[in-house]
Amino acid sequence: MPPAPSPTRSRVLRDAVAIGLAVGAYGLSFGAAAVTAGLSTLQACVLSLVAFTGASQFALVGVLGAGGSAAAGVAGSLLLGSRNTLYGVRLSSLLGLHGPKRYLAAQVTIDETTAMGTAAPPEVRGVAFWATAVSVYGFWNLSTLLGALGAGAVDTSALGLDAAVGAAFLALLAPQIHNRVGLRVALGGALLAAAAIPLTPAGLPVLIAGLAVLPAVLRR
Amino acid sequence: MTWIAVLATSGGCYALKALGWSVPARWLRAERLQRAAALLPLALLAALVVVQALGSGRSLSIDARSAGLAAAGVAVLRRAPFVVVVLVAAATAALVRAL
Repeated sequence: MPPAPSPTRSRVLRDAVAIGLAVGAYGLSFGAAAVTAGLSTLQACVLSLVAFTGASQFALVGVLGAGGSAAAGVAGSLLLGSRNTLYGVRLSSLLGLHGPKRYLAAQVTIDETTAMGTAAPPEVRGVAFWATAVSVYGFWNLSTLLGALGAGAVDTSALGLDAAVGAAFLALLAPQIHNRVGLRVALGGALLAAAAIPLTPAGLPVLIAGLAVLPAVLRR
Repeated sequence: MTWIAVLATSGGCYALKALGWSVPARWLRAERLQRAAALLPLALLAALVVVQALGSGRSLSIDARSAGLAAAGVAVLRRAPFVVVVLVAAATAALVRAL
């Protein structure tokens, strides 16, 4: 018998669609930014289909658009993408998948799916992860294509779409803070990033912020 | 040249994700690794908020995006649904720019 729809399950599905829509707004600006930076529509779409990790994709087109070298662009992009390795470690212990499914799950291991998968109650963890994956992958790729095709036609800045990105990360972060340790780590990460922005190249502040977990991890 | 960068980023980003899923299960039992992996998204998401709302190249700036984030913060504290938080931020930033 299929599991009966529960209020938790439908809330998770609704949130997954909402996150996909929010990411879609971000994807429009990525497609537009990529074409503005000199990439072709096909190159923008390949990045969204295969790399599929927004911050890394933005980092690459940001560097290329500013006249940076391909090597600098790729390095910054991979540094940013390395957090997905740690998300993979975390998700693999929570979801316990085997075989080819692991490699499909790996492709959709990003901020949004990790946030939804880790925040969901255990009985709907898998649903939360996969529903968010399908929603975000679909909206992200569709909106990248539309953004690339419509580059220049839409003023993403006048619509405030650039502000939607930070808000989306905040809305993903807030429900994950359950206690003082979590709050300290989040505040520490924010302060480290703010301090690192003027001192380090794009991409590094987010990685440096990861050091904020050390006090909580090293304490006995 | 651009294709090389696009393909290297695409392949590299997938490899980084697959690496996390391929670490042997016994490595995951270390209590400190578990704690680090549980807390890391909090630090990185908070950093992404700061970078998106205050970062402007290599300087910090208070602008329409910061106003949007502040409005989003109020919405989060009032437990607004995700999509409302995002729309409030975008509308606030658009309004500030239009003024």
